[in-house]
Amino acid sequence: MSFSKSMKKLAAGVVASSAIVYSGAVMAADTIKVGVLHSLSGTMAISESTLKDTVLMMIEEQNKKGGVMGKKLEPVVVDPASNWPLFAEKTRELITKEGVDVIFGCWTSVSRKSVLPVVEELNGLLFYPVQYEGEESSKNVFYTGAAPNQQAIPAVDYLLNDLGVKRFVLAGTDYVYPRTTNKILEAYLKAKGIPEKDIMINYTPFGHSDWQSIVSDVKSFGSQGKKTAVVSTINGDANVPFYKELGNQGISAEDIPVVAFSVGEEELSGIDTAPLVGHLAAWNYFQSVYNDANEAFIDQWHGFTGDKKRVTNDPMEATYIGFNMWVKAVEKAKSTDTDKVADAMIGIQTPNLTGGMAVMNENHHLSKPVLIGEIQDDGQFAVVWETDGLVKGDAWSDFLPGSKDLISDWTAPIKCGNYNTKTKSCGGAAAE
Amino acid sequence: MRDSTFKSALSDRTAKTFMGVLFGATLLVTLLNQIFPPDSALHVSAYTVTLLGKYLCYALLALALDLVWGYCGILSLGHGAFFALGGYAMGMYLMRQIGDRGVYGNAELPDFMVFLNWSELPWYWHGFDQFWFAALMILLVPGLLAFVFGWLAFRSRVTGVYLSIITQALTYALMLAFFRNELGFGGNNGLTDFKDLLGFSLQSDGTRVALLMATAISLAFAFVLCRWITGSKLGRVVLAVRDAESRARFIGYRTEHYKLWVFTASAILAGIAGALYVPQVGIINPGEFSPLNSIELVVWVAVGGRATLYGAVIGAILVNYGKTVFTGIMPEAWLFALGGLFVAVTVFMPQGIVGLVEKHWPTLKQRFMKSDSNDDRPSAQGEPS
Amino acid sequence: MGDTFSRILAACLLIMLTSLSWAEELLPEETAPPQTTEETPAEEIAAPLSIQDILNQLTERSFDMKEAAIRQLAEQDSPRVIPLLNALMERELVHNRENDTISLGHKADGEWQLLDPVSEQPIGTVNSRAARPVVINNRLRTVINNQLALFALNSDNSDARAEAAEQLIGNDDPDMLSALRLRRESEDNARVIEQIDTALNIAALSSDDLTTRLNAIDTLSRNLHPEVKNSLNDRLRNTEVDAEKVALEKALARIDARIENFQTADTIFFGLSLGSVLLLAAIGLAITFGVMGVINMAHGELIMLGAYTTYVVQQLLPNSNEWSLLIALPAAFLVSAVVGIFIERFVIRFLYGRPLETLLATFGVSLILQQAVRVIFSPLNRTVITPDWMSGALQINPVFSLTYNRLYIIFFALAVFLGLLTLLKKTRLGLQVRAVSQNRTTARALGIRSERVNALTFGLGSGIAGIAGVALAQLTNVGPNLGQSYIIDSFMVVVFGGVGNLWGTLTAAFGLGIANKLLEPMAGAVLAKILVLIFIILFIQRKPRGLFPQRGRAAEE
Repeated sequence: MSFSKSMKKLAAGVVASSAIVYSGAVMAADTIKVGVLHSLSGTMAISESTLKDTVLMMIEEQNKKGGVMGKKLEPVVVDPASNWPLFAEKTRELITKEGVDVIFGCWTSVSRKSVLPVVEELNGLLFYPVQYEGEESSKNVFYTGAAPNQQAIPAVDYLLNDLGVKRFVLAGTDYVYPRTTNKILEAYLKAKGIPEKDIMINYTPFGHSDWQSIVSDVKSFGSQGKKTAVVSTINGDANVPFYKELGNQGISAEDIPVVAFSVGEEELSGIDTAPLVGHLAAWNYFQSVYNDANEAFIDQWHGFTGDKKRVTNDPMEATYIGFNMWVKAVEKAKSTDTDKVADAMIGIQTPNLTGGMAVMNENHHLSKPVLIGEIQDDGQFAVVWETDGLVKGDAWSDFLPGSKDLISDWTAPIKCGNYNTKTKSCGGAAAE
Repeated sequence: MRDSTFKSALSDRTAKTFMGVLFGATLLVTLLNQIFPPDSALHVSAYTVTLLGKYLCYALLALALDLVWGYCGILSLGHGAFFALGGYAMGMYLMRQIGDRGVYGNAELPDFMVFLNWSELPWYWHGFDQFWFAALMILLVPGLLAFVFGWLAFRSRVTGVYLSIITQALTYALMLAFFRNELGFGGNNGLTDFKDLLGFSLQSDGTRVALLMATAISLAFAFVLCRWITGSKLGRVVLAVRDAESRARFIGYRTEHYKLWVFTASAILAGIAGALYVPQVGIINPGEFSPLNSIELVVWVAVGGRATLYGAVIGAILVNYGKTVFTGIMPEAWLFALGGLFVAVTVFMPQGIVGLVEKHWPTLKQRFMKSDSNDDRPSAQGEPS
Repeated sequence: MGDTFSRILAACLLIMLTSLSWAEELLPEETAPPQTTEETPAEEIAAPLSIQDILNQLTERSFDMKEAAIRQLAEQDSPRVIPLLNALMERELVHNRENDTISLGHKADGEWQLLDPVSEQPIGTVNSRAARPVVINNRLRTVINNQLALFALNSDNSDARAEAAEQLIGNDDPDMLSALRLRRESEDNARVIEQIDTALNIAALSSDDLTTRLNAIDTLSRNLHPEVKNSLNDRLRNTEVDAEKVALEKALARIDARIENFQTADTIFFGLSLGSVLLLAAIGLAITFGVMGVINMAHGELIMLGAYTTYVVQQLLPNSNEWSLLIALPAAFLVSAVVGIFIERFVIRFLYGRPLETLLATFGVSLILQQAVRVIFSPLNRTVITPDWMSGALQINPVFSLTYNRLYIIFFALAVFLGLLTLLKKTRLGLQVRAVSQNRTTARALGIRSERVNALTFGLGSGIAGIAGVALAQLTNVGPNLGQSYIIDSFMVVVFGGVGNLWGTLTAAFGLGIANKLLEPMAGAVLAKILVLIFIILFIQRKPRGLFPQRGRAAEE
């Protein structure tokens, strides 16, 4: 550091004497640059490339309406190639080299974790559109996907109350989202009086393709005289063989329903859904929801992709909400400056696609409705249950010992992502 | 005798040129970053500094592979594992440096352990709060693994394709293991959100430049070390092992000892590369163990030209620079370009770029009659303008 | 030699066919309801108005209201009841939002063709968004299935009756039970009687009379139906009578012991199945790598091409899902073989004798193929439809079933293996391949055109990868990453078995498959895989040339 300081002193001298001070020629830009940070190659391309198209579609639409504050939006697309260090590098490139004012991007938790220090250091703005495990709230990030209490807990409530489920299999891919979600669910179920022996937890690696033994275990776990359900946090690719195996081993939704948090319309578009009818998924949006905004969005998507069969899904809705909120916030703040936009974001409301309003809360998470849908034979979901009102996203879970005292509030007096309500201080549990 | 060989390795022309270009480029970048204010046209941004740092880490890794592949004929498809292990050792040190600045403010446990309800630090994390211990582990862990693995494999004369495949199995098994959250290395998320290294903030430009310098120095040191190894008597035996292992054995050399020695040294270098890589990119995760990474690494060396050492460095920098440029301007075409490059290099340029240049050098020299000091020219392309 | 092969094929086919007809007897199919709809004259309408009125209640959102409507509908004495319940299950009962009524509907050309629910007469078309199928959930589906089963209980078809009786097992609705008792008296089919008895015995568990309960427990202890175990466990939790407790525990122990035996059989089957997948993935590699010494990293992508060919064939023949796989097999073989021959001619030809460099070049090829698929088919997974004869399971008994797709794939893998073995051992091409692989110079001196043989061998290995792709498309995702997930495992299998030895590949594939599955229940999926990898690494130290080492050119290197 001292090295750096002395260098800077030296530098100042050199610069002053030679007087080639560059006045920032950056100001005159007549476009607003929007960074798009989604993998276009590698394992995650399968999910993320759709979101890239969504952002591009939203930008095109906004430009047709005249842009934002009279300026056109200019997308800057980069490919982090499903490579986590590359996510951080590309973020730095977008902010420092390209000078983008906002980034829409990331899918996996690890990519967000990789990007986080960079956006915080460079004071950028990131909109993250995927459901995730929570336990995070950054000044520079807006989380427009679901937190666990906006997906997992309502879904389990539905199983407990409406289906009378007494035994639970928590099956997930071995990474942080399922781990955290299952920890939360385990605590929640125990609080609801489900004994430990009635909860079976199973983790599998990414892209697991041989589900025979596990499905057979689930089958025998389910034949103990109590209604059993599977809560699946199985990730992307592994789902197709999982559901195929379920269908083949004759586990129907009437016997053992599976409720999934990572299976949406797009994942189903790779599966023959006839044997899966009746299995469940919990999201904040389904393509089949009937209202004008959603119909218009679907038409727009079909027009943009030129493919009438392309489906829409929850992360697309989250991108839609995030984008519209950002536009509104920029217009409210009359600036694209990160701090001003971030302040303006809180309290912003925009229509969601399920017929209500999405609200950005002080903890940078949204209030959303929670829907539970059953898989239909055409690859769509039919909504069978929904929450009465909006559920406010919870950055810190109330069911984890480490975070039950933490809240996030980015408004004036607190201005902290991990404020401890017990010690009344910012910075987690042990801060003095 | 050793000393003199080392000295000669240090002072021969290739090494001098190499170090000249390397330090020249690094110093230039450092000065441009530190002297000019950020809005100056001549300023080199932190982005470029870390990018260059990353390239140099890859170059060091490629150098390590070239030592075993080019000189010893061992095609390791598992060098990514040593790199990642070095990286994890450094990552663990950096995690411990976060202290109570994590989101939960828990001074005892890293964040990922807190929210997975770990109650105490696993035993293998102890000691990593000391830099000297971490540094030792950076050398020891990859070195020991390579030693044990090599001792088993070379003693039972596993060679060629079989060796390549089991090194691949090694890195694949490690990848699966590190993905497991139970192992206590953060699972898929790996280790991230580092704050500082030896008290210097990783977010400051000064630290970044210092890390770049450290990488450059390590690379230079490794280069000289490799030159020394390959130039020494040991190196000549190793070459003999590569070209005709049975004959070398019949003459009376314990070939497995020589191979083991070189393999272990190479793994340690790979571990150092990983350790320097992690603070610069800010994350280490099991993806680094992916067998594909190790294969890509082999291709860098092949593109540059193997058994030349500087060829590996050039290859690593060129391919990665190409990656940076292409994934920015035309992401969809990148894999076509990379794939095409692999095919073209192996089929048409078996000696890599360096081989091509060396082959045509006499004619080129005649045509242009220029000084012969810039045969490392391609590496200059490593600096983005 | 063609004879042997065709005989094997015929035998496999025979097994498949018999098992198929078997399955149809045993399998409860979720969606296909018993066929009793033929004798429904459209004229004979009992109470047309009331049915339409009942149906219109289905426009309600609440599932309780819908359930009431369904029960009401079921009570109607009309031939339309069964077709309408079926239509509800098939999502062909639609809610017309324009006039808020329910009618039958078929989707055609983006519009709904609406039919009167009673008369089945067309009543016009509406925009695809103006009508929506009536949404039902699992609970309603069970209700409807039970109602349909109740009707089917008196069907003329004994299969339909058995299926219906099985559907009703575990049901405690008194109406259903009395219907079952009624049927029991007149039933003469043994299978149906067995199912009805199971259902009635389960119901008897909650009888007030202890002896009835004890008798029921005794009978049920010989029954493996999962619902039986469920009910016994349930009863065990609720009973306070000691004698009953003892009887229940004994019955459960007896059932568990039998289940355990079958579980071991299950594990072995799973292992065989995993082994057959490994065998399919690796066998092409055993040719290109084992015989030719080419480390083909693009092998996985050739499998992927086979899978995509299946997809394309199914797209081209949208109405023939049942047999499109039979066309996909040769098509996939051709596509992958042609691509393979291209790779050989333009890349590998220059690299013979430098096996490690073929690794690099083919790795480049694999990247190109992956990206090409991504550009042509998009990075999204594609749906490959499973034909009916491959879905479901061969139900040996209620706890032990063999899933058809895996069963077929085991046979298929063995057939491919034997076919390949025959080809190499018995044909002229096979002889030439072996000759070239053993000693190229001598082979050439004897007049074998080694260039041609190389191209054909590589094409053969690649074509087999393509065929493997067709099979794997039935088990896993068809996407650009399909190949990558198999390549490492394939290499492990070939190396473990011994390069250049097909029998080694077979042994290794099944050995590793079964080992993996035996470890899995103890160690979990990930740890099992890691342990197998470590085992291979250590094994190679002991036997550096694999299980069945080969002598000859490949061994020299």
